[in-house]
Amino acid sequence: MTFPSHHPDFPILSVLIFSPLVAAAIAVFIRSEGLLRWWTLASTIVIALVSLPLWCWFDATTAKFQFVEHAAWIPSLKISYTLGIDGISLLLVLMTTLIMPLCVLCSWRYITKRVKEFMICLLVMETAMVGVFCALDFILFFVFWEAMLIPMALLIGVWGGPRKIYAAIKFFIYTMAGSILLLVAIIALYLKVGSFDIRAMMGHPYAAEFQCWVFLAFFISFAIKVPMFPFHTWLPAAHVEAPTAGSVLLASILLKMGTYGFLRFSLPITPHATHVFTPYILWLSVIAIIYGGLTALAQSDLKKLVAYSSVSHMGFATFGIFALNVNGIEGATMVMINHGVTTGALFIAVGIIYERLHTRDLGETAGMGKFMPVFAGFLGIFCLSSLAFPGTNSFIGEFLVLAGGFKVSKLMAICTVPGVVIAAAYMLRMLQKVAYGHVNNPDHSQLADLNLREIVTLAPLLVFVFWIGLHPQPFIHVMHASVQHLLEQANGPLANAAVALR
Amino acid sequence: METTPDIRLLLAILAPLIGAGLVMAARKRPNVREACSLLAATVMFGITASLIPDIRAGKQLAFTVFQLLPGLSVTLRADALSMIFAVSASFLWIVTIFYSAGYMRGLNEHAQTRFNTCFALALFGAIGCAFSDNLFTLYLFYEIVSITTYPLVAHHQDEEGYEGGRKYLVYLTTTAKGLILPAMVLIYVLTGSLDFAHNARSGILPPGLHHGIVTALYVCCILGFAKNGIMPLHHWLPGAMVAPTPVSALLHAVAVVKVGVFSTVRVMLYVFGVDTMSALNLGLPTAYFVSITILVASAVALSKDDLKARLAYSTVSQLSYIILGVALLTPAGIEGGLIHIANHAFSKITLFFCAGAIYVATHKKKISEMGGLGRAMPFTFGAFAIASLSMIGAPPVAGFVSKWYLLLGALDAGSIGILVVLLASTVLNAAYFAPVVYHAFFGKPPEADAHHHHREAHPAMVIPLSITAVISVLIGIYPDFFMRFVKAVLQ
Repeated sequence: MTFPSHHPDFPILSVLIFSPLVAAAIAVFIRSEGLLRWWTLASTIVIALVSLPLWCWFDATTAKFQFVEHAAWIPSLKISYTLGIDGISLLLVLMTTLIMPLCVLCSWRYITKRVKEFMICLLVMETAMVGVFCALDFILFFVFWEAMLIPMALLIGVWGGPRKIYAAIKFFIYTMAGSILLLVAIIALYLKVGSFDIRAMMGHPYAAEFQCWVFLAFFISFAIKVPMFPFHTWLPAAHVEAPTAGSVLLASILLKMGTYGFLRFSLPITPHATHVFTPYILWLSVIAIIYGGLTALAQSDLKKLVAYSSVSHMGFATFGIFALNVNGIEGATMVMINHGVTTGALFIAVGIIYERLHTRDLGETAGMGKFMPVFAGFLGIFCLSSLAFPGTNSFIGEFLVLAGGFKVSKLMAICTVPGVVIAAAYMLRMLQKVAYGHVNNPDHSQLADLNLREIVTLAPLLVFVFWIGLHPQPFIHVMHASVQHLLEQANGPLANAAVALR
Repeated sequence: METTPDIRLLLAILAPLIGAGLVMAARKRPNVREACSLLAATVMFGITASLIPDIRAGKQLAFTVFQLLPGLSVTLRADALSMIFAVSASFLWIVTIFYSAGYMRGLNEHAQTRFNTCFALALFGAIGCAFSDNLFTLYLFYEIVSITTYPLVAHHQDEEGYEGGRKYLVYLTTTAKGLILPAMVLIYVLTGSLDFAHNARSGILPPGLHHGIVTALYVCCILGFAKNGIMPLHHWLPGAMVAPTPVSALLHAVAVVKVGVFSTVRVMLYVFGVDTMSALNLGLPTAYFVSITILVASAVALSKDDLKARLAYSTVSQLSYIILGVALLTPAGIEGGLIHIANHAFSKITLFFCAGAIYVATHKKKISEMGGLGRAMPFTFGAFAIASLSMIGAPPVAGFVSKWYLLLGALDAGSIGILVVLLASTVLNAAYFAPVVYHAFFGKPPEADAHHHHREAHPAMVIPLSITAVISVLIGIYPDFFMRFVKAVLQ
């Protein structure tokens, strides 16, 4: 594919951020539910297509922020409208725009009430999510970060399951608590630097104690979002009650904001504190990997199972990030992308089961694979991907994270290995039951296999499973310079004092 | 050594993969389905056979399929060691297709399409292992074998089947993920590459590594490839006996256990290398460690009345011969171990074919009920007798060649202990195989059989087992075919 070269004045990031909002505004005036679905699908696909040139125009040889847009916003407070992406955020932006059409597709039949409001929520979410990954001004970032909360809480609270209000409020309170700490940290940094520009905040010589406080505020805020053990308890509730599209967005994109926060803010802004807290965070990650896996093993609700597996997988992401070496951070970013692809697909698969059987209980879904061979095939591949089967996407992420881990501490890396084994156990247990289990459940013979819409929903994710799994070089290449630069910031002279202390 | 890129390697592994797809597509028509399997098997064997002259000429063939990261790729390689495994596996697949068509149709088994698809996929994994050029590729195909054989093991989908299947997966994936994966990552971190060495001597580990780390990696690799059946991680193998007999035959002779031993041997020789193993004195301790398996498994086999269970424990014991031979680190020992990969394959598949044929013809599983059956089923029990002799190591059957070299290897290594182990296990082998044959030909039929007149099973089963029995004798008399590959490994 060849695109005309990038015109430096064309504000592609702004276009990406605000076109969903425009689409949502138009959706307000559409009456027919059918037309609404098609409109949302069409607009998300167009936005996804518009985001593709980012990949082609991106210059992977430099760690500089690219496609930068800058405009004064509130000059008296030095708040500006600044956007830009580097190799890490590029991948996350692309994942967001590519996942959105799938979210619309998997809600096609699932959402029957208040379709208009649902689609508007999805589109507003897209604006906020892309905005979070592109913002280079801390206030702008915070606005998008908060803007995401409300539509997400609505998705859970309006279109959710039986305990939707409980789940929505729990989600809201947890994330809100984190946001407040984040805001405090932002203001504290502003008072030191005198600007909200994220780039200006990096590399500023803050005092060691100050860094530690800022780091802790960041950490709690992002750890809730990831979620890291012990801040994870909102996640299973939110996932279980959320509609399929909500779960997919939550798993694929929202959780990544926590790890993105670590990469974008914690490491480069507070490198000294990062080194101080690294051992503790690594151990927390190890606990998350094992604990998430063991809990997933004990679940009989499919959504809870996948939700707890997320805790475990995101443990690998944080483990890789705080390994603070190239393998670790590249692996962590790959884990983030892979988790988005695979767990998103698994939630869509669980949604497909729920639409047919109106249950997510492992026992009652057992044996449906016999009557839905195509579905069983998809589910099988996504389960294998989730347990990091070699040749699938997750393997490459976990391999790099483990390699990074071994370079830091052999003991810690070995401690994560049981998590890998448990992942195989809970995923194969689920696959075995659903695809191959007892065939005496009475009502499964009437089940229809996947229809074209469902195949179209899952197929792109399948492509990514094998593309990343067998040819990950382009993805790693695109972030390499940015990761190198990030490590220079995190391990640079400002961090040396801390290294000497350890 | 000269390495030439060659696309035939890719074609060889694609044949069973495409075959699996065709089998699935032809699900409604059993004859077309079996023809697809046969076509895939023949193509795979044909391609593998076409590699023989190149390998004989001292070439090493390679083909990179995917480059994942620097030093991490899916690359195929054909060398002398891979040919020993690839030739026997691809040939035996052809024979097994005929046999399993007879068996599955004879018993009117369910889900035959799934069965044949998974069968082809398992061979895809096995041949992939044979042609692996690095640890990652080996691990990839090793895991493919684990996953694709699960539906075969749990084929009957009853409590017993699920239990056997669960145990199978738990043992095999836990060891692979828990031991091989971290070992692989650590080797990658230490060396920056997972490619196998080009000879069996040097290995790939840089000199100067801490001995403790190398030893830990070695232990992980020996125990991690649990398909090799080393005790105490062998329990999955008797558990997997719930599978239909063609699966057991395939499991034991071709796809699964041989993948395990082959992987172990590949890693011992081409990751660690003879020199490193000698320098760290890892050889003899390994040999003594697997000796426990050889003796204990034989003793357990002695106590089993179920024919398939006895064969299963016999397999556990025989597999360790292969590892023992290589662990002796003497040329004769390694030769004896490696040639046993092929010799054991042909003999053990014969034994399982016989067990299946007996079951289809008479529905008998217990050895004690097989009295006098030899007179009713002379071909089946004749083949069984020949293969038993091979297991015992009597001339002129294939097993003799292995045992001869193993004994030579033990003498070269100057280890009287190993010599005693080999002799004791021979006595045990004779003790658990000879009564089966004697009982069948000279024993009295049980009372209940007085009114039955048993006959040989369908020719689709009897002919394959006769062929493998004859080959067991042929490669005993003319061991040169496989021996040339074995010798080339050490050059």
